[in-house]
Amino acid sequence: MSQVTLLEALNMALARAMTDDAGVVVLGEDVGVNGGVFRATVGLQQRFGPERVLDTPLAELLISGLCVGMASQGLRPVGEIQFMGFVYPCIDQLVNHASRLRNRTQGRLSCPMVLRVPHGGGIRAPEHHSESTEAMLAHIPGLRVVIPSSPEHAYGLLLAAIRDPDPVVFLEPTRIYRAAKGEVDDDGVALPLDAAFVLREGRDVTLISWGAMVRETLAAADALDTEGISAEVIDLATLKPFDENTVLASVAHTGRCVIVHEAARTGGFGGEIAALIAERGLTSLLAPIARVTGYDTVMPLLRLEQHYIPSVDRIVAAGRAACRFN
Amino acid sequence: MTKNWPDNQLPVIARFDVRYRNYLAPDGAITRPPPAFASDIDLLVSLYRAMVLVRAFDLKAVALQRTGRLGTYAVSLGQEAVAVGVASAMRGEDVLLPSYRDNAALIWRGVKLEEILLFWGGDERGNHFSGPVHDFPACIPVGSQAPHAAGVAYAFKLRREPRVAVCLFGDGATSKGDVYEAMNFAGVHKLPVVFVVTNNQWAISVPLRLQTASETLAQKAIAAGFIGEQVDGNDVVAMHAATTEAIAAARDGRGPRLIEAVTYRLGDHTTADDAARYRPPEEVQARWKNEPIGRLRAYLAGCNAWDKTKEEQLVAECQTRIAAAVERYLVTGPRAPETMFDHLYATLPPVYAAQRRDVEENR
Ligand SMILES: Cc1ncc(C[n+]2csc(CCOP(=O)(O)OP(=O)(O)O)c2C)c(N)n1
Repeated sequence: MSQVTLLEALNMALARAMTDDAGVVVLGEDVGVNGGVFRATVGLQQRFGPERVLDTPLAELLISGLCVGMASQGLRPVGEIQFMGFVYPCIDQLVNHASRLRNRTQGRLSCPMVLRVPHGGGIRAPEHHSESTEAMLAHIPGLRVVIPSSPEHAYGLLLAAIRDPDPVVFLEPTRIYRAAKGEVDDDGVALPLDAAFVLREGRDVTLISWGAMVRETLAAADALDTEGISAEVIDLATLKPFDENTVLASVAHTGRCVIVHEAARTGGFGGEIAALIAERGLTSLLAPIARVTGYDTVMPLLRLEQHYIPSVDRIVAAGRAACRFN
Repeated sequence: MTKNWPDNQLPVIARFDVRYRNYLAPDGAITRPPPAFASDIDLLVSLYRAMVLVRAFDLKAVALQRTGRLGTYAVSLGQEAVAVGVASAMRGEDVLLPSYRDNAALIWRGVKLEEILLFWGGDERGNHFSGPVHDFPACIPVGSQAPHAAGVAYAFKLRREPRVAVCLFGDGATSKGDVYEAMNFAGVHKLPVVFVVTNNQWAISVPLRLQTASETLAQKAIAAGFIGEQVDGNDVVAMHAATTEAIAAARDGRGPRLIEAVTYRLGDHTTADDAARYRPPEEVQARWKNEPIGRLRAYLAGCNAWDKTKEEQLVAECQTRIAAAVERYLVTGPRAPETMFDHLYATLPPVYAAQRRDVEENR
């Protein structure tokens, strides 16, 4: 086992999937010679050739639509979009085709594709490079939306996504592409999709998050611990469909819940979790459900982005307030 | 009995031409009689000065980025003639819809250098041009400005205003549906819009031959029903001439045009890119002999309109102007974080007041 970054873990998973299955094809802008703008696909074209690792024209709708066609014929395409701000041309293909090909044909055709999309801010990138609009994707029936929070999860979840028989949008937390390091065994073992991970057990409050924000959430749990508050931390990992049971069980146990996401508040995925708890966990609640989120503003350019992304302090304050409520 | 009918006996129902325009050879020699404006030496000198300024400005911007004082930045090294040629052919009241690599056009239009630095430094105030108030900010999602240009032109046509929309994008952008859709609509409605594709041969690491199998990008106009012309994008005289003609035609109600400016990106894609990963240095070296600034300098020198003293003076002037702009940029105080709400809506919905307060308290 070796210490690798989240990016390296993704690269390992792609290489492993391509080795195991000759039907896996990687496609996107700059994924070949250049190894991707973030270098997630480095070395793959040299190893697997330009037919399986192809540089496409600059056309996101094409990338997602090609994936639908390839997948319908039994290939396992893994498309790459360079930044979340450029995924919107794909939405037509995702909503109208990828997510419903199986249903439209009553199972005659299916769409086992993966679309990899960097997610979120905090990397001092230019305008349109730091978005986090996962709720928009999680709203699409028939799709899976997955987001890892560590190199181990990146490796295991990407393998699972590629092997999954249905379309998966795989969001990649850019802020921790290189910042997160961990031991990853290249053993080809996938992690389960549709399952949340309890990263830390606690008594007093449940903190729920996903992607890069899991790091701040864990740090907030540490800080709360020093104040005598024991926080349970859940990494949702798959947003669509999300693991309702793990969430409900945790809230039943702690009675308090803080949901943390980087995306804008209104219509954010936090609202969905809150609604679930209100419907099926209300009686266990000892305090109102709290959300710590990005604001309902445009993601600011780099000078102000750190004021937009939820800070550890904001999460701690919400956790503390939930525990003091009576 | 059906007889085998050879294909070459089927009638040809359409043929198209794509013309190529160039006046100055790489050594500054005249290749064909230039348009009348070329005898206006003052104009040529101002085009020259604009190209030199943006090259020096780019150099400074990269230095700022390398020392952590600017965000990711895209230089236009080697392609200065395109944006300068295009912008100089526009009138003030026309509308520019630029891509992120077209700072030379912004500067020509009157955008302040410190405003450009502010934007790339991660501060939205940089897009609040004190200059051309109706121009669009640099577009980052590739090609998505082309439909705006068609919309802008439609507004001009509807209101019978003699104005033209001028839209710049790269060769990679021509692969996007956005660009086809905009050109198609502009053709249908004969809109006063000029599309300019800066064909610098590369879209980050993807070379033109993986972007398109078509022989020219100019010919993409043909499917949309208007003229596409290929221009030597390193010849600012040709760029100015082609754009002037296209704008005049558009203003006259003769519809849109597409100009393919053939040039070469001599630098990295952006400061976040390392072109050596995908591009042999020999290729770049070889392209240096075509670059636009030396070419015009040689021509002007041949006309006795330029010399070493003038060059030194110009370089000094550019340095002074850039240094002053950098100074103004660096002393611009930070925005209060809660101002992220200020231009979200004309009036901030009261429901967001609490969020705004939250930002204020957490800063
Ligand atoms: C829709 C979209 N997809 C991807 C990107 C990321 N990206 C930025 S520039 C670029 C290449 C653009 O090439 P081209 O249009 O030829 O313009 P150039 O950069 O060469 O000026 C890419 C892929 C983007 N900005 N917008």
